[in-house]
Amino acid sequence: MLRATLFLAAAAAVAMTGPAVAQQNEQFLPSLVYRTGPYAPNGIPFANGVIDYWNMINERDGGINGVKIAPEECETGYATDKGVECYERMKSKGPTGAGYFSPLSTGITFALTEKVPGDKIPLLTMGYGRSESRNGAVFPWNFVAVGSYWTAADVAVQHIAKEMGGFGSLKGKKISLVYHDSPYGKEPIAALEARAKQHGFTFKAIPVTHPGVEQKSQWLAIRQDRPDYVLLWGWGVMNPTAIKEAAGVGFPRDKMMGVWWAGAEPDVIPAGDTSTGYKALMLQHGAGKFGIHADIEKHLIGKGKGQGKADDIGHVLYNRGLLNSMLGVEAIRTAMKRYGNKPMTGEQVRWGFENLDLSAARIKELGFEGMVAPIKLSCQDHQGADQARVQQWDGKAWKVISDWYTADQKILAPMVKEAADKYAAEKKITPRDCSKES
Amino acid sequence: MILLGQILEVLISGLLSGVLYSLVALGFVLIYKASGVFNFAQGAMVLLAGLALVRSLDFVAAQGFPMWTAIILGLTFAAAVMTLSAYVIERFVLGPLVNQDGLTLFMSTIGVTFVLEGLAQMVFGAEIYPLKLFPTDAWFLAESIFPGGILLNKLDVWGGLIAGVLVAGLAVFFQRTKTGRALRAVADDHSAAQSVGIPISWIWFVVWLVAGLVALVAATVWGTKLGVQFSITFLALKALPVLIIGGFTSVPGAIIGGLIIGAGEKLAEVYLGPFMGGGIEYWFGYVLALVVLMFRPQGLFGERIIERV
Repeated sequence: MLRATLFLAAAAAVAMTGPAVAQQNEQFLPSLVYRTGPYAPNGIPFANGVIDYWNMINERDGGINGVKIAPEECETGYATDKGVECYERMKSKGPTGAGYFSPLSTGITFALTEKVPGDKIPLLTMGYGRSESRNGAVFPWNFVAVGSYWTAADVAVQHIAKEMGGFGSLKGKKISLVYHDSPYGKEPIAALEARAKQHGFTFKAIPVTHPGVEQKSQWLAIRQDRPDYVLLWGWGVMNPTAIKEAAGVGFPRDKMMGVWWAGAEPDVIPAGDTSTGYKALMLQHGAGKFGIHADIEKHLIGKGKGQGKADDIGHVLYNRGLLNSMLGVEAIRTAMKRYGNKPMTGEQVRWGFENLDLSAARIKELGFEGMVAPIKLSCQDHQGADQARVQQWDGKAWKVISDWYTADQKILAPMVKEAADKYAAEKKITPRDCSKES
Repeated sequence: MILLGQILEVLISGLLSGVLYSLVALGFVLIYKASGVFNFAQGAMVLLAGLALVRSLDFVAAQGFPMWTAIILGLTFAAAVMTLSAYVIERFVLGPLVNQDGLTLFMSTIGVTFVLEGLAQMVFGAEIYPLKLFPTDAWFLAESIFPGGILLNKLDVWGGLIAGVLVAGLAVFFQRTKTGRALRAVADDHSAAQSVGIPISWIWFVVWLVAGLVALVAATVWGTKLGVQFSITFLALKALPVLIIGGFTSVPGAIIGGLIIGAGEKLAEVYLGPFMGGGIEYWFGYVLALVVLMFRPQGLFGERIIERV
């Protein structure tokens, strides 16, 4: 009897704490998260930013044009198989299915890129994923908005060149890439090789096996090779470990630059004093509080409804989560202008993304002024922006140390076209004719 | 001379890294030696011990206590948590499985792994918690002979010293104490040990407690190296080839195995890696382990099992 009672109580508790079921007039938005596992320290603040923005829209505005957002998280642990499982489970939920997916994993993005055309659901991969998916004619469902890894790699070389006294100074220099041995880590290699060929520097790629807890060999090799600069393409534990190992072998931290996924607080704080001087690219935004944070604090945190811890609000990854959700919400809002104020299907949200045009005025109105530059996507261009800045950890906080850089499209555009054409040929895809899309 | 210095540097760093793997491998050996169970949960125990230590240490330090007080109280709290976990594991998981075959016991430790990982993160948090109990900078030796010197990380040296003390202590414990001998008897045969009056529940509690304390020691070193976080559980994978080479029942074997794996994988990564695309050290340790298995299935120092028909 006791066991039966306990079982019923447990079942009731599970039922009561389960995800909210999307109602008829709600927009179902899934969130693939990793709140546990080796990448949780980075996954948690991003996931908190994502969910806090959606909840804030519900609290402040009553939803998107009156259509409430019904969010649901699914734990992937940053594992591709679990990510695909989450996608399959959630894609048809809600009255219109999932509005869009943001996997926050290049590995999961690679897997879902094969699936979304059949299900007609957009993939928002802001600052990650396949760099060539910028080509919307070949990748109609991928949106590598704001910046790709090729953007990042190109900007990184521009900054190094500037520090060294111009592109001419790169000749004969050595630049090494310490990368997470995964689709994510391998993405920038093509762009860096192109720049190495152009400027005559020696480029060396050094893989680190997941999750990156042991890097002594790689850093001993760097000590022996003595590169002039090291780029870091890590995630999770790999980043602070790399910084500590760099300090251990005496490699100067101010000659290290991480990609924007290696440039948040969890990447430097665990490495303590050894992080001081370390640099990282910014996916446009950095840390700090902007207009949007006042609304988050007023409508969520003040009411005890926020997911983000008070200390994390304004940190890099939390801010990135907010930005990610803002782009998604604005794409849905754009779609509603055409299809009406009701829950949008994935196909309609894609139209919203392809017609997303966030001017400086609109960005200010949304509370993101200072976090992101104007961005305009289109049928052909699923990235919409090419800018990045560089920040440096001063031991306590990130400081922006550069002006805006723009990735060189003379180098990257042919690469995007070539890689997209190759993908289209492999998959037997006939590219869309964007001139005929409305 | 430069090349010789570089090879020596990689070799020494590898040997010392291997000793750090041995710290984790020792926990496996203890439980296998004393209960015949391959403890899949050893990595999760390192995580639990590390989180209990760092969170309590941070809490005490935040109250304004001096750091040495915080460290002592943190270690005491973490040891208490490991004692409690040893009791709970023996009482509710292994106790009811006395006299079951090894595979059943092994499967139960897989369950323990997931429970410990989940509970530890739920109670103590899932972020990265910096821990600094040992120096992490480096010495550069013989700079007059080798340009740039030979790098020697102080944390690795501390790890080596701690492992040495642990091995000596455990060797005395197993060879010279009544409890240690009882542990070995239980490992040979649960039923026979029970029949001669050895209290198996108590013995299993003791061995899980000792393994928990070894996990705490490993957590102090690895936590200083990586910060205390979930990824520490992956160290179990680094310890596996160490165990295969050293033998599952030999405490000194865990050290020798660690030295072989550490030196082998570092030399392979630095000097073979560039020809093979890099990233080979994670599996190279297993290649070494497989080679040993071909010639000595019980490992270099493991007990040879002879079963008569």
